[in-house]
Amino acid sequence: MSYLEYTVKSVPSGWRKVLYLNWPLVLLLSAVACVGFLMLYSVAGGTFQPWAEPQMRRYVLGLAAMFMVAMVPIWFWRNMALLAYLGTFALLIFVEFFGSVGMGAQRWIDLGFIRLQPSELMKIAMIMLLAAYYDWLPLRKTSHPFWVLVPVLIILAPTAFVLIQPDLGTALLLVMAGGLLMFVAGVHWAYFATVIAAGVGGIYTVFLSRGTEWQLLKDYQFRRIDTFLDPSSDPLGAGYHITQAKIAMGSGGWTGKGFMQGTQSRLNFLPEKHTDFIFNTLAEEFGFIGGVSLLILYVLVLLFCIFSALQNRDRFSSLLTLGIGLTFFLFFAVNMSMVMGLAPVVGVPLPLVSYGGSAMLVLMVAFGLVQSAHIHRPR
Amino acid sequence: MRRIPRETAESSRRITRRGLILGGAQLGFAGALALRMRQLQVDQADEFRLLAEENRINIRLIPPARGRIFDREGRVIAENAPAYRITMVREDADNVEEVIARLSQLIELDEGELNRALAEMDRSPPFLPITIADRVSWEAVSRVAVNAPALPGVSPEVGLSRIYPSKELFAHVAGYVGPVSDRDLAAYEDPPPLLRIPRFQIGKVGIEAKYEQQLRGEAGAKRVEVNAVGRVMREIDRREGEAGNDLQLTIDASLQEYVQARLGEESASVVVMDLEKGDLLAVASAPSYDPNKFVRGISVADYGELRDNNHRPLASKTVQDAYPPGSTFKVVTALAALEAGVVGPEETVWCPGYLKVGTRQFRCWKRGGHGHLNMEGSLRESCDVYYYDLALKVGIDKIADMARRLGLGTAYDIGMSAVTRGLVPDKDWKRSERGEEWRIGDTVNASIGQGYVLTSPLQLAVMTARVATGRSISPRLVKSLNGVETPSQGGEDLGIKPEHLRQIWKGMYAVSNDRRGTGYGSRVIGDDMRIAGKSGTAQVLNRVVRNEDVDWEERDHALFITFAPADNPSIAVSVVVEHGGGGSSVAGPIARDVALQALYGGAPPVEVYPTKDRDRISAQQERLERERLEREAAQRTRA
Repeated sequence: MSYLEYTVKSVPSGWRKVLYLNWPLVLLLSAVACVGFLMLYSVAGGTFQPWAEPQMRRYVLGLAAMFMVAMVPIWFWRNMALLAYLGTFALLIFVEFFGSVGMGAQRWIDLGFIRLQPSELMKIAMIMLLAAYYDWLPLRKTSHPFWVLVPVLIILAPTAFVLIQPDLGTALLLVMAGGLLMFVAGVHWAYFATVIAAGVGGIYTVFLSRGTEWQLLKDYQFRRIDTFLDPSSDPLGAGYHITQAKIAMGSGGWTGKGFMQGTQSRLNFLPEKHTDFIFNTLAEEFGFIGGVSLLILYVLVLLFCIFSALQNRDRFSSLLTLGIGLTFFLFFAVNMSMVMGLAPVVGVPLPLVSYGGSAMLVLMVAFGLVQSAHIHRPR
Repeated sequence: MRRIPRETAESSRRITRRGLILGGAQLGFAGALALRMRQLQVDQADEFRLLAEENRINIRLIPPARGRIFDREGRVIAENAPAYRITMVREDADNVEEVIARLSQLIELDEGELNRALAEMDRSPPFLPITIADRVSWEAVSRVAVNAPALPGVSPEVGLSRIYPSKELFAHVAGYVGPVSDRDLAAYEDPPPLLRIPRFQIGKVGIEAKYEQQLRGEAGAKRVEVNAVGRVMREIDRREGEAGNDLQLTIDASLQEYVQARLGEESASVVVMDLEKGDLLAVASAPSYDPNKFVRGISVADYGELRDNNHRPLASKTVQDAYPPGSTFKVVTALAALEAGVVGPEETVWCPGYLKVGTRQFRCWKRGGHGHLNMEGSLRESCDVYYYDLALKVGIDKIADMARRLGLGTAYDIGMSAVTRGLVPDKDWKRSERGEEWRIGDTVNASIGQGYVLTSPLQLAVMTARVATGRSISPRLVKSLNGVETPSQGGEDLGIKPEHLRQIWKGMYAVSNDRRGTGYGSRVIGDDMRIAGKSGTAQVLNRVVRNEDVDWEERDHALFITFAPADNPSIAVSVVVEHGGGGSSVAGPIARDVALQALYGGAPPVEVYPTKDRDRISAQQERLERERLEREAAQRTRA
């Protein structure tokens, strides 16, 4: 089908759009969220307070937001991309000076019903702008150095602000999501090879900087890396978290200890059990089967995004859907790696399951964009 | 505005290809995550399950109740009493200072203890109960309980603590318990976990220490589930411990009480032994101390007072101190000579008041001499020269041999602490220990229990018992353990000719009943309960002085041994009064009073005392009875 056939007629309009929503995706997301409610109920010791109930309310709010975003034609969102990026960037700068700092490091603006973290919002805004950028850019210029520099700046500018918050997890996510999107958009292999080589060199330099005056990472960040590389080196200090997290997972076995029977989480051996380490509670109480089930749900969401993107012949929609799928993937992949001792603990939540308002709302809005792209795809 | 898609086949293909590569990589990574999950949850599950259990389950020991100690009649010597303490949980008391201020108006709080408790509270997790007042009275506990609403986080707790209701009476015999010290732990290669229980008490001295294993019992255990900060969430199961074994001593508490009271402030010791099985009816060392103070943790001032007292209350003189036996040893020398056949009972020796051996002159205690004396006379009047002469005939080795047969030179493992062997010297001993040859003068000195000879009051009692029966009676202090009677040791015939023993008995009878006897002053009137004895005066200074003329520390030790009734003996008594002066005048009356008390099972009728002593004796009996009643009353009010 040629793009010329993509006409107003073939795009559903008005309330008929609701029928064209991808309902299986809505069900999948709800299933994931329900796993989250269940686990939050469990780690609270069998009550809806303080976590499960607010999380449910936020999920309903998120669903509403998703529907609203989905109803708006995708080309509107494309035109809003630059504005969204700049607005979020302004917020990022704003919180740097006026925001509140909480546990860990993320800065937020208290909107009353929610604590908005601009760094979360930036994950989506950046994807939107990059997708719009490559939609706009003539294909032959994709690998031109100048036109490669522009998206690099789009990625690195907010990353720098996130880093000084300091929120290493989000910064890494931004860089990885942006970089991979550039790869999908068709930037030449050579750039990536160079960056990877430089990255390895950079990491080497970072380690070299340790203990010197120009140390590039904070001490606690170095310690996290140490602990990651050898958790037993400090079993009661920094390594305690990861050791206990692995014990929680491993002791779950095949089928787990049963709902609300996880001793590691119930007795507080598991740190941050309602946020970053909630997956360990799941794995402890429902075992390997429970853990893999959630992983399968995640993979299904991801597959949906990939298939939707590959079917979509609109370049912006395609890139946006892939980018959001990628962000979603990075969330759960980094979180799971980290709680299973495969990556340093950098503070990335498990998407739609970990307790937290900003991340959930932002993700639901992102899936609203995916739905919008799906509904308004050229037919 | 409608948007016109600018799609080209080229771009579509590129997104498809790179999208597929990326999608594939993502799926691959998800697969890797699943593999890691499998590795942790399936392959290493057992290992992690164990670690999780180790995390959550804590084993807490339940201290067993310590076995009690009774006297031969079943009267309590040591038992366990509830000990109350006041604890506080920081997180439950909103304002610690305010609550403590309120508490201090109700009960007395020790400043030092309180500061220590507050410091400990700051260090510990907020949910841990910290003791802020230990060993408080029941009254204080009830006051705290009544005011509980105003004292959040404060609660009285109860544990078991050792108590010795008779205080000083059995301090040296039963000993005492105390909290486990680092030294106690160091004694074990692998200390039993029980010892690590806070406030756990173990035996430190005496029977409590010697029978620690039997008294201690088996710890119970409970398994509790704890959370990450160590707070106990619930009890999973518990296995009660086993209380320690009760222990019964051969001591007769009322006799022991009498003896202790009779000794009063003297620095003295008395051993009373039953001749049937060697049961020790009384083992008293005076002055004594209150073992309860050690259980609580004795104050530096109190300890200093006990340590610096020149009457040495802490010493268990009956078994750990060895004194020269003085003339009581003449019994040994006499028996050795009789058995060796070097002297006949009626053979006499001329005592001019001294004996020349080589160039040295050995004096008799009686300057003017005793004149002609046979064996009975020599015992009766305790003539030294007679025994010098005997010793030269029989030789030290035979004397030492007889001393050992009669039970000297042996450490009796009766369960008390620091039991001494005493010393029975002979030629070999002097050669190996002193590196010198035995001299004839040493034999002369030993024959009257001076020189190197050393005996403990317990050994003297054993010796008396063996002389009185001719059997190898050994002392027994623990009558039964957990209801099972401990076998008595020895008791077989010593192989001493009965007529020889009878000669000794005759002499000892004369000591206490013949007008010329050294113990005549402490005789018994009437035929039923006559006693037979031997006095002894052990020189502390090696020169002839009058005791009244020198300091207390330099006066002679007074000794007396006796068995009674003389014609059919059932008990043996030994008395040592440190720096008491003459054995017959100081130790004799004590030995007689104690023997009579034991034989009558209470205060004897005053008629058994010589007429002139009766007023004094009844006054003494009244005084002791009054003191006993006072002690009893004090004990009742405390209970």
